[in-house]
Amino acid sequence: MATIAPLAPLVEVEGLNHYYGPPPGGHLVLEGVNLTIGQNEVVGLLGRSGSGKSTLLRSIAGLIHPREGEVRFVPTEDCPDPSVSMVFQTFALFPWLTVQENVELGLEAQKVPAEERRARALAAIDLIGLDGFENAYPKELSGGMRQRVGLARALVVNPSLLLMDEPFSALDVLTAETLRTDLLDLWSEGRMPIKSILIVTHNIEEAVQMCDRILVFSSNPGRVVADIKVDIPRPRDRLDPPFRALVDDIYARMTARAAPESPLRDGLFPGTGIAMVLPPKVSTNALAGLIEEVDGTPFNGKASLAELADSLQLEVDELFPMAETLQLLRFAELRGADLVLTVAARRYAQSDVDQRKAIFAQALLAYVPLAQHIRRVLDERASHRAPARRFRDELEDYMSEDYADETLRTVTHWGRYAEIFTYEEDDDEFSLENPQ
Amino acid sequence: MSPEKNPARALPAFSRMLRLTRPNREDAIAFVILAGLALVVFRGAQGAVEPLSRLHLEPLLLDPGQLPYYALRTILRMFAALFASTVFTLVVATLAARSRHLGQIIVPALDILQSVPILGFLTFTVTFFMGLFPGNVLGVELASVFAIFTSQAWNMAFSFYQSLRSLPSDLEEVCQSFALSPVRRFLKLDLPFATPALVWNAMMSMSGGWFFVVASEAITVGNTTVTLPGIGSWLALAIEKQDFTAVAEAVGTMAVVIVAYDQLFFRPIVAWADRFRFEQTASTERPESWVYDMLRRTRLLPLLFAPVSAIGRLLLALEPARRARRLQAEGPRNKLAERGWQVAVYAGVVAALWWSAHYVLGTLSLGDVGQALGLAVLTLIRVVVLIVLASFIWVPLGVTIGLRPKLAESVQPVAQFLAAFPANVLFPFAVIVIVRFHLMPDIWLSPLMILGTQWYILFNVIAGASAIPSDLREAASMFGVKGWQWWRQVALPAIFPYYITGALTASGGSWNASIVAEAVSWGQSHLEAHGLGAYIADATTAGNYPQVALGIGMMSLFVLGFNRLVWRPLYAYGERRLRIG
Repeated sequence: MATIAPLAPLVEVEGLNHYYGPPPGGHLVLEGVNLTIGQNEVVGLLGRSGSGKSTLLRSIAGLIHPREGEVRFVPTEDCPDPSVSMVFQTFALFPWLTVQENVELGLEAQKVPAEERRARALAAIDLIGLDGFENAYPKELSGGMRQRVGLARALVVNPSLLLMDEPFSALDVLTAETLRTDLLDLWSEGRMPIKSILIVTHNIEEAVQMCDRILVFSSNPGRVVADIKVDIPRPRDRLDPPFRALVDDIYARMTARAAPESPLRDGLFPGTGIAMVLPPKVSTNALAGLIEEVDGTPFNGKASLAELADSLQLEVDELFPMAETLQLLRFAELRGADLVLTVAARRYAQSDVDQRKAIFAQALLAYVPLAQHIRRVLDERASHRAPARRFRDELEDYMSEDYADETLRTVTHWGRYAEIFTYEEDDDEFSLENPQ
Repeated sequence: MSPEKNPARALPAFSRMLRLTRPNREDAIAFVILAGLALVVFRGAQGAVEPLSRLHLEPLLLDPGQLPYYALRTILRMFAALFASTVFTLVVATLAARSRHLGQIIVPALDILQSVPILGFLTFTVTFFMGLFPGNVLGVELASVFAIFTSQAWNMAFSFYQSLRSLPSDLEEVCQSFALSPVRRFLKLDLPFATPALVWNAMMSMSGGWFFVVASEAITVGNTTVTLPGIGSWLALAIEKQDFTAVAEAVGTMAVVIVAYDQLFFRPIVAWADRFRFEQTASTERPESWVYDMLRRTRLLPLLFAPVSAIGRLLLALEPARRARRLQAEGPRNKLAERGWQVAVYAGVVAALWWSAHYVLGTLSLGDVGQALGLAVLTLIRVVVLIVLASFIWVPLGVTIGLRPKLAESVQPVAQFLAAFPANVLFPFAVIVIVRFHLMPDIWLSPLMILGTQWYILFNVIAGASAIPSDLREAASMFGVKGWQWWRQVALPAIFPYYITGALTASGGSWNASIVAEAVSWGQSHLEAHGLGAYIADATTAGNYPQVALGIGMMSLFVLGFNRLVWRPLYAYGERRLRIG
């Protein structure tokens, strides 16, 4: 997808392909990524975990080297040597250095003289609102203050591009909001020594609130599937109808079925048949909770994803895999930005525990080929037992070891709940027997 | 910005410690102590470079007045070894972590050296070092220091290596994105991060070192007998002369020395190293040390640290000019060179194997190998039985103690002291008892092997039991879980990972101890049990090098096999299934 960048370019990324695992081969995480970041803009990279957005960020930061493609910094007159610096999700502060020593780290590496270093660090600390904490150690600070240190450390080296890797996701809602607002204020007042910001997030509202442009990433492999300009005037109000409309629009794009030219897929998970990669950590309890929530008032079987995320306090990263699991099991349909329960799901919501298990078992055997496969193998064997290793090996023919492991764990969890088979960790074995 | 008095952070920044101010009262005290220490060290070091003939002119005397001097010589040896081990660790472990090729060789080597019976080395090293400084005490001193070094260096280096391999990836990325030079990165990230584990390991290694200092000061190789002034030699002489008072004096001195260096050296360092613990929240319990508190109040300390920080600054000043900001993509690795390296490594391994087999089998027959194997099995049986017995005693006791925080607090240091105490000092008493009651050495010498190492089981179990979350204990007592069910479902699973750590250390130590425990003397009475330890000890005394090599190889094989086949799987199981939280 061609990007129309009216602004003078700062960074150009061209034809980026990246794989995990030793060359040649490996698992494709970024596929044909092209993008341009202009001067004086805040760009958001939006996608789920595993969509390669952090990989892209690290490629731009020079922390990893993509297998193919190029990241180009465009020198300009006022900025002959463009540079980057990064704010980390986990803050990445050195616990044995004080706030000031942490901030001075990058300057020290550049061999800036001690006096200048000190002055610049103090100025950055001041700018970010941490005056008075220069001597504190990170462990004495709250999460929000730690991230402020991370921000000061990134700003003090005067980067042209500030990279932020989910900078607010480790903070509580209130702290994150304060920090976001402060950052936006500094940005709009032009008080930060930077040209542009590239921010990775999986929070759609955060992206709409902060960015001039949002790049939506698909997962497995990561590709830019949409380049959305945000034209809402700042400061932006989350309850503003255009704001809501854009959030809904992005939800719809992120849940849209894969483009027709791509190979046939079951649901939205990559792979087909038993090779389907199942999402990790989707618990049947949470699925039941989601079904009940949508089934009850005020949704009555149909809910917009944005509202659901709000009312259930779920991140996109948690909500999407659940919604898509419901879709896979034919318990729900994703229509645009809405999640609509099917008849089976509404029946499920009204049933007692045993009936629910039966309904779930039926759906699992009908729509999850791997569950079907395990059950069939167990049925065929006289002992009704089969080592899990066998299925793991089978899966590893189609996917990476980690994915195979997670997929098997997920299907084990679902299968146990549905009581279509059981699994014993000690022997690493599936069986049909009920525990004694 | 005000120098606020925050009780949560009583430790000043390292950089602030380097600011010089006027001296105070604590400075005076510290100065006197330090000056005294310096004199003492000088006095001790003098003795270490005398010509070898002096040793024969001034034979060791069992004179209590001389005991402090002997203790000083011994402790200097220990610290020299500790210093050497630390330098070795910083260099070798860093190389192993940074260079893929060197890591390929160093890591397995360290892993094996950790489990090799160190005492067996003495034979080879004494000869080597004496040849290095012919006619001077220094050669023998170095051999002794080297013996202690071999008991410390490998596991210190291994722990440092493991720390370097588990650096938090976000901090590594920060260093990379700011393009920190290797030296700066080492000083800012690697060294601080690995310090707490290294200090803890050094402390444990120091305890282990005592065992070897006793064994390495008075050593007989073939027809050469060397006796260095020190507690170990004093003890050897006291045993030879059957002098009970002298043995007791040595034991007492040793206890005093152990307590002294613990309080004066290790506690302050542990308290200081606590700042480097990688945690984002302030912990409630900090290690305390009165010496550290006093030193912190002095203004002299910066002077003391000046040389250390000067080394750091020098390294930084010498670092190469800053590289280009953006890293270049790694070029495709040279496949041919890679292949060549692999071939060289395998060729080296094969050559070493062939050479040692040639050496051993050149003088020994397969029958000798069979004999060593049989003896190794005997020793193996002893180790297993002893670990089981010790577990039956110490696990229930340790759990009982660990569940009472007050009691645990007072017992824990005692257990750690006992683990540090060289048990070989107590061997003569066993000989007296065995001779007196005509007991069978094959059975009754065995307990000596575990005398010094059983405490590892005790203090690990205590640590495990005190770590049982109180909600689990409350739940158990609320549902009336008692007796065997309580042990089976609450206590034993909860302490399992800790117990395995302790038992692993104890078993490794017991193998090593077998070399001194299976062949023991008191005056003229010499007792021997059948086992690989006695085999190595006898071969050492006889100067039969091929036999020593065979014995060491066999023992290493058994220790490694035991670790791989028994302890590692158990440890992995405990970590996977039973680790709480």
